[in-house]
Amino acid sequence: MSAVITIPDDLTESSFEQVITQAAAHPLDAKLILDARHTTFGTPYGLASLLCVAQSRATRPTLLVPETERTLSYWHRADFFTYASELFELSGRIPTGRTGQSNDVWLPMTAIAGSEDVHRVVGSIQERSEAILGQQLQADVRMIGRFAMTLSEACQNIVEHAGRGGWVMVQTYTWRSLARRVVQIAVCDAGVGFAASLAPAHARRFGDRWSDARALEASVIQGQSRFPDPGRGQGFAGIRRFLGTWDGKLAVRSGTARIAIVPSWDSDVPLREGLSSFPGAQVSIIIPGRAA
Amino acid sequence: MQQTHIDVGAILEAAYQPVYNDLVTRATGRAVRSGIEARLPQRAAATLTVIDFSRVGLIDFSCADEIVATLVRRACSDTVGYEGCFLFDGISDDHLDAIEQVLERDRLALVVRTIGPGAHRLVGVVDPLERQIWETIVRERLQETAAVAAALAIAVEVVEVAVAALVQRRLLVQDGPLIRPPFGAAA
Repeated sequence: MSAVITIPDDLTESSFEQVITQAAAHPLDAKLILDARHTTFGTPYGLASLLCVAQSRATRPTLLVPETERTLSYWHRADFFTYASELFELSGRIPTGRTGQSNDVWLPMTAIAGSEDVHRVVGSIQERSEAILGQQLQADVRMIGRFAMTLSEACQNIVEHAGRGGWVMVQTYTWRSLARRVVQIAVCDAGVGFAASLAPAHARRFGDRWSDARALEASVIQGQSRFPDPGRGQGFAGIRRFLGTWDGKLAVRSGTARIAIVPSWDSDVPLREGLSSFPGAQVSIIIPGRAA
Repeated sequence: MQQTHIDVGAILEAAYQPVYNDLVTRATGRAVRSGIEARLPQRAAATLTVIDFSRVGLIDFSCADEIVATLVRRACSDTVGYEGCFLFDGISDDHLDAIEQVLERDRLALVVRTIGPGAHRLVGVVDPLERQIWETIVRERLQETAAVAAALAIAVEVVEVAVAALVQRRLLVQDGPLIRPPFGAAA
């Protein structure tokens, strides 16, 4: 028996919760049909998380691709279909031709599985950083190095903790409520998640209170790691430090919880628990520029 | 003082094909630190090793921890059999961003020479008096604790304690009765 999952018109970090809630209602081996025909907008987080839905299922789902030409073209340029074709049965008209070569795609969807993937991503992002940070965001180009460091640490979360591959995508778009251009880094996987990754080192002292939320607090806020070595757990500490100077936002979802470092321009909730379960970890980093 | 020069860019080039010039990921950091440790002179006091980052593009926090913090920690705890000092050379502002964070977290310190003007700096976590003594030694080119004490108008015993701590952390070189910073005679 198949279940139809409706993909929101605007596929964002916020609206993706609707997808998770719908998918979580069906056993992993149930056949899902993800209906994105009416989707007209997708953020990097939305697109990368969509791949995670397929990655997490025992039965290959079907994806009904967007009908709107502009949306379809963007998803193609963002290299979404390269990976979606491996994970979904695609239904609809799939564009052909070159991908990943577009002014509005900073870093197209890119698979991350090992250290060398992170090297490639960091090298690639720096090539176009000056033009995008300076022209599109009117941001200080001196932040290029810090931006690449942030990206590197976010991607390493997959390499070090996911236990399977994931994806990264970077894109600029207009944040409507802020009326400014922002850049979003999305790093998503459907791996083991924070609670399972950190459990051997930290669960015992929490006892029954160990949960996805406690694992996120330990890692993202307290900079703790699953490794005993001093100096581990630097990644999120570094990301938070840079985001503080940029007035940026960090949100990390894992399992049934989501934690966020919320800047003054946003009204998000710092910690949410009891969400519908979704495997792995999904990281969103948003940095506002000065340009409208 | 015996001096060894280690080009981090060359170690990175040798470790990866295709060649990358960014120090990112913990795996890369471990590989590069192993390469550095293999080149350290063994059991030779009054040795200076210049670890040259001038051909390195970016360094992220994980690599800064593996290469810089872990190297210093292991050297100070005598894990790697190296008894000399370090000078981290060719350090850019971006490098410092990552390095200072890991030093702060681990309460470590080291001596760097930044690119551009090439000024020597003590970075990381250092007691304010020890920092003042280190900077006085460098600025005034002083080599004896009594001279430092006189310059700062403090008791020589206080200077001796601070200098011993700086030597133990490999931030000063003790050469018989003389002390010197871990670089050439001129600051």
